[in-house]
Amino acid sequence: MRRVRAALAPYLLALPGGLWLAVFLVVPIATMASVALQTGNLMDGFSQTFNIAIFGEVFAQYHTQFLRSIVYGGIATVIMLVVAYPMAYWIAFKAGRRKSVYLFLILLPFFVSFVLRTISWGFLLADDGIVLAPLRDLGLIPDDFHILATTTAVIGGLVYNFLPFMVLPIYVALERVDPRVIEAAQDLYAGRFQAFVRVVLPLSLPGVFAGVLMTFIPATSDPVNAQILGGTSNTMIGNIIYTEYLVNNDYPAASALSFMLMAVLLIGIFVYARALGTENVMEAAAR
Amino acid sequence: MVKPQVAGAVTANARVDRTSAIELVDVAKEYTVHGEVVHAVKGVSLDIAEGEFFSLLGPSGCGKTTTMRMIAGFEDPTRGVVRLYGQDVTDVPPNRRDVNMVFQSYALFPHMNVWENVAFGLKRRKVAAQEIKTRVGEILEVVGLTGREKRRPREMSGGQQQRVALARALVNRPRALLLDEPLGALDLKLRHTMQIELKRIQREVGITFVYVTHDQSEALTMSDRIAVMNDGVVEQLAGPREIYEQPATAFVAGFIGTSNLINGTVSAVDGAHAVLSLGSDDRILIPSGSAPGQGEAAVITVRPEKITIARQRRDQEVSQVRGTVSEVVYLGTYNSYVVTLDGGAEVTVFEQNAMDGTSTAERGDSVWLSWRPQHSYALRGA
Ligand SMILES: Nc1ncnc2c1ncn2[C@@H]1O[C@H](COP(=O)(O)OP(=O)(O)OP(=O)(O)O)[C@@H](O)[C@H]1O
Ligand SMILES: [Mg+2]
Repeated sequence: MRRVRAALAPYLLALPGGLWLAVFLVVPIATMASVALQTGNLMDGFSQTFNIAIFGEVFAQYHTQFLRSIVYGGIATVIMLVVAYPMAYWIAFKAGRRKSVYLFLILLPFFVSFVLRTISWGFLLADDGIVLAPLRDLGLIPDDFHILATTTAVIGGLVYNFLPFMVLPIYVALERVDPRVIEAAQDLYAGRFQAFVRVVLPLSLPGVFAGVLMTFIPATSDPVNAQILGGTSNTMIGNIIYTEYLVNNDYPAASALSFMLMAVLLIGIFVYARALGTENVMEAAAR
Repeated sequence: MVKPQVAGAVTANARVDRTSAIELVDVAKEYTVHGEVVHAVKGVSLDIAEGEFFSLLGPSGCGKTTTMRMIAGFEDPTRGVVRLYGQDVTDVPPNRRDVNMVFQSYALFPHMNVWENVAFGLKRRKVAAQEIKTRVGEILEVVGLTGREKRRPREMSGGQQQRVALARALVNRPRALLLDEPLGALDLKLRHTMQIELKRIQREVGITFVYVTHDQSEALTMSDRIAVMNDGVVEQLAGPREIYEQPATAFVAGFIGTSNLINGTVSAVDGAHAVLSLGSDDRILIPSGSAPGQGEAAVITVRPEKITIARQRRDQEVSQVRGTVSEVVYLGTYNSYVVTLDGGAEVTVFEQNAMDGTSTAERGDSVWLSWRPQHSYALRGA
C-alpha cells in the first residue's frame, strides 16, 4: 500500500500545477487553433472546416506588420538593454544605501495604468502639446516637425513602457555578484575594464538573458503603443489582431495571426537560447 | 582549553633574511557608518621581512582584515604609509601591486573552471600561452589538483576550492601572499593537513606569507612572528614562544590560551627576584628585571602547565601559594584543576596524567601550587 502511495506521490504533487496548465494554457491554445481552422462569419455562424490555407492567407496579407513588429520589438529591446544595463549597474554597485529608493523610482510608473501612461505621452508629444507648441512658437523646430505618429514615437513608447522589465532582472543578477570576486580579479592584475569584461559581465548574463525575454516578447506583440503613439504606417501585428477580432469579427483570421505570432516568438526564443545560452557566452569570457 | 603547541614551532627570527617586504608606518583606517566614525585600525606599524611567515592574530572585529586589505590595496588608509619592498604603494591600485590575496571566502570565479581560475592572473599579465600551460600544470600538481582542471568551483569540496584559491595566487609567483583566514571553513582534520601543506609550500616557494587568523594555536605553530591585535592596535609583536611565554599585556595573556592572572603587591626586591606577597605563607617570585618597584601593585601571569600541584609545601626557592581544589577535569593526556586561592583568585593548573591514571588531588583538597620564578611575568598595561 505504501509502495503504491510512494509511486503515486509525484503525480499527485504535480496535479495542481498540471490542472493549472491545462485550464489556462492548453485549453486556450487548443481553442485558438480550433477557431483558426473554422470558416464563416458572425451572421451565419462558424463551422470547423480545417482550412489550413488560412495561415498562408493572413501572412500574405499582413507580413508587413509582422516584420515591422519584430523589427520594432528588436530595436526597442536593444535600446532598453543599452539604457538598462548602466542603470542596473549603477544601482547595484554605486547607489549605496539609497538602492531601494532608486528601485522604487524605477517601479513608480507601474502605479499608473499602462494605457493611461501611454495616452499621457500622446498628449505630451502632440503637435500642439505642451512640448512641441512652445518650441515651434519660439522657432526652435520647423513647422512640419512631428513626433506623434512616427516610428520614433512607437519605439520610444515601447522602450518607456517595458524598461523596468529589463532593469530589474539585470539588477538582480548584478546584485548577486560577490564583490570579493571582483576584488579577486583586480588582485590578479585585471584593470577595471578587464574585471568588468571577464567577471562582472559574464556573471550578469543570466539577468540580461531574462531581461531580453521579458521585454522582447511583450514589446513585439504590444498593440497599445502603436495604437496611441503611432500613425497608419506604424501598425503592428497586435493592432491587426485587435482589429480583426473586435472590429471585423473575423475570429479565424485573428486566431491564425495570434497562433503564428506565438509560434514565431517561441522559435525565436529557442534559437536565442541555443545561440546565446549563458554557458556558451561564459566560456567565451573565460578564454 | 588549548594545549600548548609551541614546542614544535621554529623560533626563526634569526633565520629570516632582513630585506623588508611589507612595511606599514602608522597606518590607520576609519569608516563612517551612519555619520558615526568607526576606528577599524588605529595606527599600526609593522615591518615584515622577506620570506617571513607573519601572522596577524586577534579576536573578531579587531582590524585584521582591514589591515590586510590596505596591504593589498582594496582600502585607502585614512593615514599612514604602505611600502612594498621599500617602495611607497599607498596610492597604487591592487592590480599593480605585486602581492596576491587568498580571500577568506576563496572568491573563486564561479563561471570559470579550475584551470581558467588559476590561469587568470597570468593571462592578464600577458604571459605566453606555453608558459601559462606549464606553470598552471605545475602549481596544480603542488596543491594536488591535477586531473580536476575542468571542474567548476561549485563542483568541488571546500578544501579543494581552498586549494584552487591558493594555486590561483601562488601561480603568479608574487613576492608576498596575503591569506585571510584561508582555513576558516575547513574541518579540524583538513585544517591540520592544510596547515602543514601551507607551511611546506611557503618553505619551498620561499615567499613572504602574511597570514590572518583568529586561531591562536594555528598562529603559534606556523608563524615566524605574530602580531597580536586588539581593537585596532597591535598589542604585541614577537615570535610565537615569546608571545606565549611572555605575554606583554593582560589581553595577550588572556587571548593566547589559558592563562592565570594573579594580583598582589610587591613586598620586597632582592638581587634576583621581587617578591609578591598574597598571604601569610604565600609568595610569588618574579624575575626582578621585569618587576615593578617595592610597594607597588602588580599583576602576574603564569601558564597552567608551568604549575606543580602538591599536598605539601616545597622547600625551594619557588613561588608557592595555597588554595583549595574546586574543580578537577580529566582531559585525556592531562588533568585540569581549578584551584581557589585563599585570597579568592582562581588558578588553572594542567597536570600531565600519571601512568596509573590517578590524580594528585580531589575536589575540596587543600593543596600547594608552586612554579619557578622565571615562569611569572609581570604585565605591562595591566
Ligand atoms: N566597510 C566597512 N564599513 C564600516 N565598518 C567596517 C567596514 N569594514 C570593517 N569595519 C569595522 O572595522 C572593524 C574591523 O573589521 P575587520 O574586518 O578588519 O575585523 P577582523 O579582525 O578581520 O574580524 P574577523 O575576525 O571577524 O574577520 C570592525 O569593527 C568592523 O565592524
Ligand atoms: Mg576578517
